[in-house]
Order: sequence, then structure tokens, then C-alpha cells
Amino acid sequence: MSQPGVTRRQAFERRQKRRSVLIALTSTVIVIGLVVALVPQTPGWYKVKRSFFDGAVLSDTFSKLLSAFTKDIQIFLWCAPCILIWGMTLAICRSVRTPALFPLRLFAAAYTDIFRGIPVILTILLVGFGVPGLGLHRPWNSPYLWGSVALVLAYSSYVAEVFRAGIESVHESQRAGARSLGLSSGQTLRFVIIPQAVRRVIPPLMNDFVSLQKDVALISLIGPIEILRQAGIDKSKYANFTPYVGAAIIFLLLTIPETRFVDHLMTRERRRTSGTAVR
Amino acid sequence: MIRRLSLALAATSLLTLAACGGDDSSKPGADAGADTSAAPGVNTDDSMSGDWEMISLDCAAGKTLTPDTVTIGTGSPAFSPWVENDAPETGEGFEAAVGYAIARTMGYADSQVVWVRTTFDEAIAPGDKNFDFNMQQYSITPEREETISFSDSYYASNQAIVALAGSPAEGATSVADLKDVKFGAQAGTTSLTFINDVIKPSNEAFVYDDNAGAKAALEAGQIDAIVVDLPTALYISAVEIEGTSVIGQFPGSAGEASDNYGAVFTKDNPLVDCVDQALALLKTNGRLDKIQQAWLSDNAGVPVISVD
Repeated sequence: MSQPGVTRRQAFERRQKRRSVLIALTSTVIVIGLVVALVPQTPGWYKVKRSFFDGAVLSDTFSKLLSAFTKDIQIFLWCAPCILIWGMTLAICRSVRTPALFPLRLFAAAYTDIFRGIPVILTILLVGFGVPGLGLHRPWNSPYLWGSVALVLAYSSYVAEVFRAGIESVHESQRAGARSLGLSSGQTLRFVIIPQAVRRVIPPLMNDFVSLQKDVALISLIGPIEILRQAGIDKSKYANFTPYVGAAIIFLLLTIPETRFVDHLMTRERRRTSGTAVR
Repeated sequence: MIRRLSLALAATSLLTLAACGGDDSSKPGADAGADTSAAPGVNTDDSMSGDWEMISLDCAAGKTLTPDTVTIGTGSPAFSPWVENDAPETGEGFEAAVGYAIARTMGYADSQVVWVRTTFDEAIAPGDKNFDFNMQQYSITPEREETISFSDSYYASNQAIVALAGSPAEGATSVADLKDVKFGAQAGTTSLTFINDVIKPSNEAFVYDDNAGAKAALEAGQIDAIVVDLPTALYISAVEIEGTSVIGQFPGSAGEASDNYGAVFTKDNPLVDCVDQALALLKTNGRLDKIQQAWLSDNAGVPVISVD
């Protein structure tokens, strides 16, 4: 019965696969069909539609939202490298083993405890309104500057923890091997530990940056009109929530590819470290 | 608490007595079957006492959320001079007083008025509402009328500039003097539209959720001046942000400079018509003017900035 080159087992597996695809397809169609058919039957649907999915409002506001979003991207682009550098510095501080440098470890531990424990929104409000109040002059009191500083302070603590986890995940034998080859403690860290650690933590790191992309919007609280604020302004103007839906769409256009990319990296990493995947 | 209440009662009855003593014909609501005498604590100054004219009592019947009750929404918190001390139940503050005035004119006693608190967003979100109408300085605009309904205007406000001493906005006589000023505005107001459409400054304006944010930014020198409606400007400069003054107001004809404030209803609420009738009556019999004089400062002293 079996085709040439196809074992009975492979033929069985193909049938099984076709069957599961068919089941997945059917259940998806049923669920989506039910949602599409039932939601408009709810008594409030036409009101929700008018307030959240107004095509005219969307087309009026979308271009403004898009141009406001460039601010979010700019802020993200200058924050991200600062976060990486400062996060890595903190992680290294926390990993040093020299007794004389214990204060450094203490500082790094206290720093991550504090900034990881404070909601980002509070850090932005406190730094963004507090520091410029000290008497700085333009442009040094800009909310863009201090909002970004707040984001860097908060996110570097998350990123530091990710890096630290990566550093600790490198097996002790690597360190021992490097030292026995004559590398100094600093060289071991630089050439042996960190390269392995960074590669392992790239997927969780990307998760943090996807969430940074969204939290940039919180800077609107201290003045700048970026996408979230622009959406809020248009919401008030039209008394309609559609601009928020527009903003959500714009965020998704960026974060979905980002997330898929992270997934792809994770899959590759899993394959690399543990062989084939089991279904 | 009991002492405060009884004091308030005593004060109320004294005021009511005084008002009645001054004008024999004033028996609020006696002819209409609705008891419009002041509920405990409700303000009874000259603007709210005396003979009270009403519209047809059938108008609002059955159209309110709860029978025999008018439920009015206001801000959370509500700000002076619109509502004094965040306590609309006292009838103190312009919108609090207008709320009671509308209710009385539709035939409801002060004790039949219930206040609820909502944010701007809650007032415009779809779904059932917990108020009959909502007053928190909502500007009437055609865009908003697509989603919600407005009463007629109960107040027309000009935009005004508030700044600290030494601000580059100081001494401005026309919008040309304001091009290089860094402005701030409050989220959800029409002031930002005004800044962008009429002043057109060279720097983009910043926007804050509340006066506290604007204040911090003013004090930190991040912005030079804020644009708000005139009554709010006068209140901010007098009470909220020390060291500020109202630099000027814009003429009512400038762009959307004149904001017409209306009460917000759910779309096509049948009560709109009754509130409009009530407001029309309050305008013709001079009540609205009296209430305005009682709660909003005189604008005459504020210099006018030309928009040419």
C-alpha cells in the first residue's frame, strides 16, 4: 500500500497531521463564526461600534497618530542602547566576586530591588517632574530627557536581572577551564562567560524590549504628545474611543513582528541546545 | 458631624428666613406642587432664593433615570469655581448651582437631586449611564455630538493664559507676541486645539492630565504658560499655583476661543429637550446671570489679547 520511499509509519503520521490540521481549522472557523455572529446580537453592540469602531473618526485621526508614534520610536531608539549598557554594567557589578568590591554588589542589588519594585509609571512621574524642578534650564529640563532617564533607570534593572541570570547559567566548569588556561578573572568574564550568557538571554531580553516599546507611551504623562496622548486628545475631540483602537493597531503593527521574531529566536535556541522538538 | 450638620441647618433656615423676609411673595415651589425648599446644606444665597419659575412639570416626568429624582454627574474630583470644595451637594460653585437650578425649573426639589461622580471618559463611553446629565465644562462641538448629546450652552467661556512672573508670555498684546512661548494645556480640553489653531506657537505644546502636572511643569520651567478657560485661569492664579497671574484672555470670537459649555447626555436622551427648556427659562428670567455673578469672577479686569 505504501508509496515508494514512504514507510507505513510516515504515511500514518501524515494522516494524523492532516487530521489535526482539519480539526484545528474547523474549531477555529466555529469559534470565529460564533464571535462574529453573536457579538452584534448583543443589545449594546451598535453603541460600542459607534464609540470604538467609527471608520470616519479612524480615517480622520490615523495619520496624526502615526506621526505621533514616530516620537515613541525615537524615544525607544535612544533608550534601548543606554538600557543595554547600564543593565550589563549592573549585572557585572552584581557578579563580581572580589571581596573588596562588595559595596559594588550591594549597590547593584539595592538598585535592582528598588527600580524593579517601583511601577514604571511612578518612576516617570517622580523623575520627570521632580528632577527638572531642581532648577535646571532648557534644554536640560526637557521632559523627553528626564522621561527617558526614568525609562532607562527602570528598564535597566529588569535587563540587569536578565543578564545576571544569563551569567549565572554559564556552567562553573567554563570559568574553571578559562582560569586554568591562564585567563585572568576579568578576561574570563569578558571572553568566556559574557559571550555565552548574552546568547542565552537574547529571547527574554527581546521580551523586555517589546514591553519597553509599549511603556514609552507613559512619557505622555509628563507632557510630550506622543501616540497615547494624541489618541487621548482625539478621543476628547470626537468624544469617541476609536482613536485608542487606532493607536492599538499601530502598536500591534510593530510589536507583532517583534514578538514573532523573538519566538523565532527562541525556537532556534531550543533546537540548538536540545536537538529536535517533540510534538 | 452632628454639630456641623445642625449648624448648616441653622444657617440655612436663617438665610431662608432672611430671603423670605425680604420678599413676601417668595414661596419657592408652593404653586407647583413640588417642594423646592432648600435641602439641608444647599446654598440659598440671592441667586437661588426667591420665587422660582418652572417649565411644564410633565416634561421631565418618566424621562429620568430614577423616578422623581434628577441624577447629575460631575467630575471626580470637581474643581472650583465650578464646584466649591468638591461638594456639589452644597449647591456651591457655578455648575453645582446651575444643576440645582435646572432641577428646580423642571419641578424637582433640591432633595430630589442626586450627584454622582464620573470621569470624562465614563461620560462618553457606550453603555448605560448612572446620570441623567453630566456637567464638567464639556465644550459643545459638532464632532462630539456624533456620539453624545448636549444641552444648550449654560456658559460661554473665553480661553486665557496663565503664567508665572517673568514668563516670556508676560505683556503680550497679540498672538504675534506669543509665537516663541512654550505652552502647556490640560488633556481633554479644547485649549490645545486653540493653541494649535489660533496661537500656532513655534514649539509644540505639552499636555498634562491635571493642574498638578501643569503646575510642576510651570515651576520647573518646562513650559512658559498654560492655556485654560478663563474661570479656571482666574481660579488657578488666585488659589492653585502660587505666583501666577492671568496674562490675558482671548476675545470670544477667536477661532474656537469661546467654548460653549453644555450638559452631556447619552445620545438622543429625551430629557435634553426639558433641560433646554429649563435653561432657556433660566436665561430669560435672569437666574443664570445671577448664578454666574455669584460664582464666577468678573472677567472685565483681564486684558484682551488680540488674535489678528
